[in-house]
Amino acid sequence: MNREEFQVQVEGLWKRFGHRVVLRNVTFRVARGETVAIIGPSGAGKSTLLRCLNGLCPFDAGIVRVGPHVLRPGKRPAPFATLRLVRQRLGMIFQDFQLFPHLTALENIIEAPIHVNRISRKEAEKRALALLTRVGMGDRGDAYPRELSGGQKQRVAIARALAMEPFGLLCDEITSALDPELKAEVLAVLEDLRREGMTLILVTHELAFAQRVADRVIVLADGEIIEDGPPHQVFAAPEHPRTSRFLEQVAL
Amino acid sequence: MYDHALSRPTVWQRARGLLSRFFGGRAAVFLVALGSLPGFVFAEETRPLRWAADAEGGAPYIFQDPADPHRVIGFEVDLAEALSKRLGRPIEWVQYDFMSLVAGLQRGDFDFAMNGLEVTPDRAKVVRFSRPYYVYTLQLVVRKDETRFQNLEELLALGGTVGTLEETAAQRLLEEMGFSPKLYGNQTEPYLDLELGRIDAVLMDLPIAVYFAKPNPKLKFLGEPLGEGYYAIAFRKEDEALAAQVDRALDSLIADGTLRTIYEKWGLWNDTQEKLARAELTDVLAEARRRWTFTTYFPLLLKGAWVTTYLSIASMAVAIILGLPIALARLFGPWPLRWAAVGYVEFFRGIPVLLLLFFLYYGLPTVADVYGLPFSLRLSPMAAAILGFGLNYAAYEAEIYRAGIRAIPAGQWEAAASLGMGRILTFRRIILPQAIRTILPPMTNDFIALFKDTSIVSIVAVVELTKQYQILAKSSLKYLEIGFVTAMLYLILAVPLGALSRHLEKRWGKGQ
Repeated sequence: MNREEFQVQVEGLWKRFGHRVVLRNVTFRVARGETVAIIGPSGAGKSTLLRCLNGLCPFDAGIVRVGPHVLRPGKRPAPFATLRLVRQRLGMIFQDFQLFPHLTALENIIEAPIHVNRISRKEAEKRALALLTRVGMGDRGDAYPRELSGGQKQRVAIARALAMEPFGLLCDEITSALDPELKAEVLAVLEDLRREGMTLILVTHELAFAQRVADRVIVLADGEIIEDGPPHQVFAAPEHPRTSRFLEQVAL
Repeated sequence: MYDHALSRPTVWQRARGLLSRFFGGRAAVFLVALGSLPGFVFAEETRPLRWAADAEGGAPYIFQDPADPHRVIGFEVDLAEALSKRLGRPIEWVQYDFMSLVAGLQRGDFDFAMNGLEVTPDRAKVVRFSRPYYVYTLQLVVRKDETRFQNLEELLALGGTVGTLEETAAQRLLEEMGFSPKLYGNQTEPYLDLELGRIDAVLMDLPIAVYFAKPNPKLKFLGEPLGEGYYAIAFRKEDEALAAQVDRALDSLIADGTLRTIYEKWGLWNDTQEKLARAELTDVLAEARRRWTFTTYFPLLLKGAWVTTYLSIASMAVAIILGLPIALARLFGPWPLRWAAVGYVEFFRGIPVLLLLFFLYYGLPTVADVYGLPFSLRLSPMAAAILGFGLNYAAYEAEIYRAGIRAIPAGQWEAAASLGMGRILTFRRIILPQAIRTILPPMTNDFIALFKDTSIVSIVAVVELTKQYQILAKSSLKYLEIGFVTAMLYLILAVPLGALSRHLEKRWGKGQ
């Protein structure tokens, strides 16, 4: 897939855990270069939705398209070769970083480029250093994850995702585990990426950030999309009473 | 006189013997006063002496008379009769398992044991031996058509097998030479197996060979008798007075030729017996201590330590290699594989290694024979031991792997997957290197445990460190000294293992 054909499209997505319906007929589209914030009360299915987009989580009905690639319902959303292409172009960053603790920051970043994209170690290291510099960690390549602060870890995790040269990033509450002053450094990196044309799909509780940065805000409640529009509309004039209730609660 | 049934003494006989021993004359008087139990009165001097021996396959020492199964005969029966006359006291025979004679004597089940008991240092330590009544030698017996070897040394070089009796001087002599003898519980089977070609030679006491092998046209004596020792009567240490009495009686039997007459009757007389008149037992213990010095036993211990080390490392390698696929099958396999892995772990964890070793060593060959397989399943002792421990420990290692792998958070799998890494790549590059840190300490523990567990392999005739210690300690009586050296050897081998483990943990655990 090339950059031009990249987009994420979700149609009629259903997901159950046992008898509990987690996602209920979810449909939305994220265009190339767009920044979409998914917000909503906890337990609404935001993380699950994100994980359906790169095939980490199988779903029961509906369809997910990432560029030309299609994920379908069932135990295996797509053959592994397809999943690999999807994941290369749609990276993911986690709330709890999930850096590989036995590898240094640099080794964390070059692992997948070397073993999945099969580029040379030398080339991978060169690019990894550039990425580390870009997230402000150019001098910490030899540090092990336990030697880094939360914000630094998350910036390494972003660099790790970027090393696969993705067109889009899935960010699953990536600042929730951070102290307020560390949140800023991670959010700053995200803003940079957005300016450079990266497609971002963020599950977040940073409403202020969402309001300022997102092109669109999706409100998910009980597995359903109850609001989908530009931030000023969703925050100022929500269509659904639940949205107002949620916004009030968070504002407290 | 010895014409009662060939059976263990009745409860009645036992009770009578015990009562009179514990209460002596007073009990007897008391019982007579009761007046209702005739035949109960024995003064200490006239009470029959109780003599224990094993008549089961016991020719020519003591055995069932073929002409009259209610009688026992044998040269020791004749000797007992002669002793009885000399002592002026009846001697009553009780059947007792050969292997338990010393223990039974100490328990007080009888007064003395006379059953071809060889005077060995370990026995001399716990019983009071009489003066010797026979000088035994060991006779090598082979099949009539045997041409491959002329003596034990040549047989050892050929890698042949020798059969002998368990717990005898012959066993110790063979083991000291470097053989792993096949051990039997009675005197008939070794010659039978020799005839059938299962073993290459039999080394047993000359009287046995004379009685069982000499008349057999398929067998022959090979070479001169070797290894010399004494048979003596065993008493409890505290029964010194009785023992001294019997010593004097034996002296007179030797002096007046009665003993020689008995041996000639049984075809057991030879020139060696001339030594009987001069035989002294007093320095058996000192002799043993003198012969076994550090320089003589240490090389043997080192050899045992090498066997232990080799066996442990090879078994652990098998366990570590085999354990991983079992753990993986259980964690990630489809259900038939998963259940097969569970079955493997439960089975091998649930059965004793000892049983497994017995099966591999003694059981497998019969499987091949019974089903007529075109290949042999006759494992060498070492191969059986390595396989047995390997299979057993693989079950434990599989569980250690499984615990270690499961301890890695699912998020690590997801993080790798989200980078496009496949399951196998993820396992190899991300999961296993982290799991090793958790896996290593219990695995090292297991290795050290295995190291010590290997001491049970002596049952499949592998002489490792502990077995070597037992052999040496028994023949030298230096239980403490050699035990200390053996313990040191174990520690010298085991402690660096712990250090190595800590080092590897640090190395592979960096970043955590």
